[in-house]
Amino acid sequence: MKIHEFQAKELLRAAGVPVLASRVARTPDEAATAFAELGTPVCAVKAQIHAGGRGKGTVRGSDQRGVELAKTAADARRIATNLLGNTLVTVQTGPEGQVVRQVFVESGCGIDRELYAAVLVDRRVESPVLIASTAGGVDIEEVAAKTPELILSEAFDPDRGLGAWQARLLASKLGLPTASWRHAESFFRRLCRAFVDLDASLIEVNPLVLTKEGSLVALDAKMTFDDNSLFRHPTVAALRDESEEDPAETRAAAAGLSYVKLGGTIGCLVNGAGLAMSTMDLVKHHGGEPANFLDVGGGADVKAVTEAFRIILSDPHVKAILVNIFGGIMRCTTIATALVEASKTVGFTVPLVVRLEGTEVEEGKKILATSGAAIITADGLTDAAKKVVAAAKA
Amino acid sequence: MSILVNRDTRVICQGITGKVGEFHTRGCLDYGTRMVGGVTPGKGGEEIAGLPVFNTVAEARDATGANATMLFVPPAFAADAILEAVGAGIELVIAITEGIPVMDMARVMPVVRASRSRLIGPNCPGVITPGQCKIGIMPGYIHAPGHVGVMSRSGTLTYEAVWQLTQLGHGQSTCVGLGGDPLVGSSFVDILRLFEADPDTHAILMMGEIGGSAEEEAAEFVKHHVSKPVAAFIAGRTAPPGKRMGHAGAIVSGGKGTAEAKLAALKDAGIEVAESPADMGAALVRALGKRRA
Repeated sequence: MKIHEFQAKELLRAAGVPVLASRVARTPDEAATAFAELGTPVCAVKAQIHAGGRGKGTVRGSDQRGVELAKTAADARRIATNLLGNTLVTVQTGPEGQVVRQVFVESGCGIDRELYAAVLVDRRVESPVLIASTAGGVDIEEVAAKTPELILSEAFDPDRGLGAWQARLLASKLGLPTASWRHAESFFRRLCRAFVDLDASLIEVNPLVLTKEGSLVALDAKMTFDDNSLFRHPTVAALRDESEEDPAETRAAAAGLSYVKLGGTIGCLVNGAGLAMSTMDLVKHHGGEPANFLDVGGGADVKAVTEAFRIILSDPHVKAILVNIFGGIMRCTTIATALVEASKTVGFTVPLVVRLEGTEVEEGKKILATSGAAIITADGLTDAAKKVVAAAKA
Repeated sequence: MSILVNRDTRVICQGITGKVGEFHTRGCLDYGTRMVGGVTPGKGGEEIAGLPVFNTVAEARDATGANATMLFVPPAFAADAILEAVGAGIELVIAITEGIPVMDMARVMPVVRASRSRLIGPNCPGVITPGQCKIGIMPGYIHAPGHVGVMSRSGTLTYEAVWQLTQLGHGQSTCVGLGGDPLVGSSFVDILRLFEADPDTHAILMMGEIGGSAEEEAAEFVKHHVSKPVAAFIAGRTAPPGKRMGHAGAIVSGGKGTAEAKLAALKDAGIEVAESPADMGAALVRALGKRRA
């Protein structure tokens, strides 16, 4: 789960990680008031959307950037007016962009140096790691690809946390003045503690700023959370902003389905994530474009499958649907019954190609054949893919 | 021969009194697996599917001589259940449970690594040696005894591959579901090592997916340490970056974990690559026909 920068900073502040004074504004007036209240000579006005690249992104139809410095309350009001209610397009939002519903007004600080810090779970060492780099404020992935020696990494035990010595080691390698090391110790250790305590899947601070006064402050903050842990963090779960998410994906999650919209014309309904990805690949292999990833899971019933069809059909680009089920826990008879039910209640407006295999396959095929529903059956993966691609192009 | 499990493996089920645990315990019994008991704290003394239920894994092990466990414990309690099995000295711990918090697994991993237990999963279909022992949720009938070792990060995709192999007349020595989570107990490399050493495994078929670097590490290992023919498929070639494809582990981020990088590494190691999921069984047959350089 993603959250906004202002929410991440509230969580970090509560965890004792230094962040700058700030206000959230939902109207231009609030932005102007926030500037006056903060009382610093310069404030940053930042669009709050669930995507990065805001500083370089622009509002559709204007040259307003997603992040701009304000020197007066009038500046803050103007920037907020340009941003609020408008669509910001960044490299991460895709061409459709995302609507800005709130801006973050944050006081400025004297910057000596921009660094990078992140905490995540590294699969190779099977443990959380703190990543740091002197290359702050820029695209860290590019740094990792071109100059991997600039990326520092320290693994730590979730319960012991990052050692003070590890923080000093990083401070030393980052070339921080020794007078700042105690700030670095505190900053890094609290950041790692927050990561573990909140069950985050990523905390990224880019840039992490060494101020002219020699302390460290998180100038930007991005946090994502492990969905599997939200059950034990109700306050974090409450930060979910559904207006930032694809409504179909939210609806699917509520029905226990895993759905990702992709943009092609062939809707896919599959059991199992690996098989669902492979089915998308297969469609593409035969010249089609998948409209979505959809895993109905192992325990789906008639209700869930019906909802899955409704979600797929809510995408106006879908020209045909491929159902690919390899029955294991999921019985082919269950899915066949669900298909027939769904065809009655949902009403298919596009051709439906069905490939069944596995547990109770013969009985399942019989249910489809005798139902009278307009279903194109397929034998095997290749046959199914060819039929659905042809149907989508017809 | 086979790897990990055979007709002598004595299996308990942790979470046997739950609906899913009981259902799959029966499925394993029907397949012929030597299920010897189950564990649910507080339900000791009950009987499920004709098997004794114990309060703790240690009691179950002492009473039954179990050397393997199959976990269906709910996600919030699953990490603790894995640690209990490891603490009781169970040799093979197969965690089927989906949805365990990653941080819980980060706490479990060092304990598993310092022990003599092997962990398979979590979030996996389990392990089967056809005709001998099935521990997990896979449909038994699609398998056939034979000489192809199968390993995969995803469940139904494994069924698809196994079904293709069986239809082509190639049975399987053992099929291992590694699991779709970011942190899992056994990697492709761990299982490759076992397949390479198993005289009954003549060739290996692996199904990987986008995300992480397990497939690249497997390719590197095959290049230097595996003499048997290997074929592979990578799921998620068409998945866009930054979108998680169902499995917590299946995400391309920062240009890492792409299908292209994985396919290039596999080909470089002399592994026969299946171009489509319909081609997995055939790719293994092609690999058998070639000698790896």
